[in-house]
Amino acid sequence: MKSFRILLASLTALRRNVMRSGLTTLGIVIGVGAVIAMMEIGNGSSAAIQKTIASMGANTLIVLPGAASSGGISFGTGSTMTLTPQDSEAIQRECPSVRFAAPVVRSKIAPAIFGNKNWVPNEILGTTEDYLKIREWPLTEGAAFDERDLRNAARVCLIGQTLVRELFQGQSPVGQEIRLQNVALRVVGVLDKKGASMMGRDQDDTLIAPWTTIKFRVSGASTANTTSATNTTGTSTATPRGQLYPGSAQGIYAARSASQNKNSPMPVRMITIDQISVTAASAAETKSATAEITSLLHERHHIDVGEVDDFNIRDMAEITKALTSTTVMMTNLLLVVAMISLVVGGVGIMNIMLVSVTERTKEIGLRMAVGAHGSDIMQQFLTESVVLCLAGGAMGIVLGRGSSYLVAKILHWPTLPSLGAIIASVVVSASVGIIFGYYPAWKASRLDPIEALRYE
Amino acid sequence: MNLIELRDIRKTFLLGEVVLPVLKGITLDIATGERVALIGASGSGKSTLMNTLGCLDRPTSGHYRLDGEEVSQLSNDARAVVRNQKMGFVFQNFNLLARTTALAQVMMPLLYDTKYVSQKEAKRRATAMLDRVGLADRMDHHPSQLSGGQQQRVALARALINNPPFLLADEPTGNLDSNTTREVLALFKELNEHDGITILLVTHDPKVAASCKRVIRMADGLIEADELNPEINA
Repeated sequence: MKSFRILLASLTALRRNVMRSGLTTLGIVIGVGAVIAMMEIGNGSSAAIQKTIASMGANTLIVLPGAASSGGISFGTGSTMTLTPQDSEAIQRECPSVRFAAPVVRSKIAPAIFGNKNWVPNEILGTTEDYLKIREWPLTEGAAFDERDLRNAARVCLIGQTLVRELFQGQSPVGQEIRLQNVALRVVGVLDKKGASMMGRDQDDTLIAPWTTIKFRVSGASTANTTSATNTTGTSTATPRGQLYPGSAQGIYAARSASQNKNSPMPVRMITIDQISVTAASAAETKSATAEITSLLHERHHIDVGEVDDFNIRDMAEITKALTSTTVMMTNLLLVVAMISLVVGGVGIMNIMLVSVTERTKEIGLRMAVGAHGSDIMQQFLTESVVLCLAGGAMGIVLGRGSSYLVAKILHWPTLPSLGAIIASVVVSASVGIIFGYYPAWKASRLDPIEALRYE
Repeated sequence: MNLIELRDIRKTFLLGEVVLPVLKGITLDIATGERVALIGASGSGKSTLMNTLGCLDRPTSGHYRLDGEEVSQLSNDARAVVRNQKMGFVFQNFNLLARTTALAQVMMPLLYDTKYVSQKEAKRRATAMLDRVGLADRMDHHPSQLSGGQQQRVALARALINNPPFLLADEPTGNLDSNTTREVLALFKELNEHDGITILLVTHDPKVAASCKRVIRMADGLIEADELNPEINA
C-alpha cells in the first residue's frame, strides 16, 4: 500500500541521517528508560514500605465477642463469651481472604516468678503458634510451641525481652521454669524485641503460652465458666462484679456446693475464648476478609438476618489509612517523574524534527514538485517521528529493565517488574511521536514548493 | 494540437503596500512535440512564467490549458496531481536527495502517483529508465559519487519516470561543463525527436537556446520576441 511505501521512504530518510536519528531517539530512550526504571524501583520501594506498614498490623483484624445487655443496659464489648476456638479454626479454613487466624485467651494479670525474682507481665496471652505469624514476631532463641503442646495444654511458654531482662538478667531463659499462678511453665523460646506499641504499651512485656494451657491450667475454669453459668441461667449476662478485682474469688452469688452441682448439673458449655486475631492475605483484602468472617460467624452462631451480631470485627483503620495515603503518594510521585521524563524526551524529538524540516526544506520542495500532496509530506514526517519514538521506546524498555536489574543486583534495592509501565511507555512514546511530530510535520506540509526549492 | 495554451496570463505580487506586476499578459501556444527555449534577462519574469507553466504557482488572472485541461485555478492538491502526471522537472542544481541511491531518486515520484505502484514495479520501471539515460551501472551510487553530467541524467530519469508529455528544464546545463552540456542537450534532442516529449528549456546560454527550434525571449513581463530558429528548422 501507499502507506507502506511512505514507511519505506521514511526509513530511508532516517537511515540517511543515522547520527541525527540516533540523537533524536536518545531523548526518548532515556525518557522511557527512566520511566521504567523509576516505576520498577518505585514499585519495589512502595511494596517494601507497604510491607513494613502492613507488619505494623494494617492487615490484621480482631474478632471480639459481642456486647451483652440486660434490661436495656449494654455492658460493652467482651461482656459475653461467644467465640470458640472452633470459630477460629473455621475462619482459617473457610475464608479465602484470611491468611491466619489464631484464638486468643487472656489471663488475669499475675506475677511471673523465677527464683527470687518476680515480675508482673503487662500481658499474658494464650494462643496458637500462628499468632506469632499474625504479629510477624520472630523468636531470637528457642522454638515456638506446636500443635501437640496445644492439645496437651503443655506447660510451656514464650517470653518477651522485658521479662528476660527482669527475671533472668542476661542468662538464657530457654529451658528454665517460671511460675505463674502456681503453675510452672518451661520457657521454650524468647520473642524478638518489638518495642512499644503505637499506644505506648511495652509489647516486650508479654508472656505467650498455648491457649489451652492458659485456659485450663493458669486461669482455671473459674472466670469463663462463671460467665457461661450465668448465661445459661439467663438471669444476667453481666460480668460478675467479683471479677473486677483481680484475686478476689468472691462473687456476688454464693459459690455452688458439690451437691447443688449434682442436683442441677449445668450443661458443659462450649469452651470460649476472648478474641480471635486474624490476618488478611493483604491490606487490600481486609474488607473482603471482614465480609467473609461476618457471614461465616452468622452461619455458625445461627444469627438470622436482622438479629444483633454476637461479635465485633475491628480493623486497624488508622494504620490502613496511613498505608493507603502512602501508596497514593508514591504512585503520584512516580507518575510525575514519568511525565517529566517523557515530556523532556518529547520536546527533544520536536526540536530535532523542526531542525530536520528546516534542513530538508529543499527535499520537501522537490517532493512537492514531483507531485507530493501536503498530506503525503505530513504523513512521511509523522511516520518518521513515530518510528523514532517507537524505536526509542523499545530501546528504552531494554535500558529501563536493565538498569532496574542492575540496581536490584548491585544496590540490593527492591524492584518490582511492572508490565503496566512497559505498556504505558510504549503507548506514551508513540503518542509523544505523534504529538511532538505533528507540528514539524504540519509545518513541512505547508511549505510553498517554489520557496522550498529555492531554499539554500 | 496545442499542448499548452496561455491566454493573457498575469501575475502580480504584493510586497506590503506595493503592487508589483511581474507577468503583464502573456499569451502563448506550444504545440505537442515542440522544443522551445525561454530566454530573458533576470527580472524579466522568466522564472515566474516557468513556475506558472510548471503548475507550481497560480496566475493572478488569465487562462492556462494544459493538455486540454484548465489548470490555472486548481487547488494545491489537484496541481500536485498535474505535476506528477503531466510534467517532469529538471533543475540547474539537480536537486537530488543527498545520500540516496540513483535508483531511489528515480523511484521517488512513483510514490506520489495517483495509481498505487508497488515497490517491485517501481524498481522495475526506475531500472529501465536509468538504463535509458545510460546509467545502468550507476544504480546504487549516491549523488556524491556521480559526475555533474551523471547527476543531471539521474534527475532527467526522475523527471521522465511517469512518462509525462511535458518536460520543464530550468537552466539544465548551468552547472555543467561544455562537454557534458553537449551530452545532456543531445539527450534532450533525442527525447524530443524520438519520444515526442514537449520540452521547454529556460536558459541564459545562447548556445543552449540555439539548440531549440523555437526561441521565446521575455522582457519586462511580456514576450518580446517569439521566433523560429532558422538553423534547425532549415
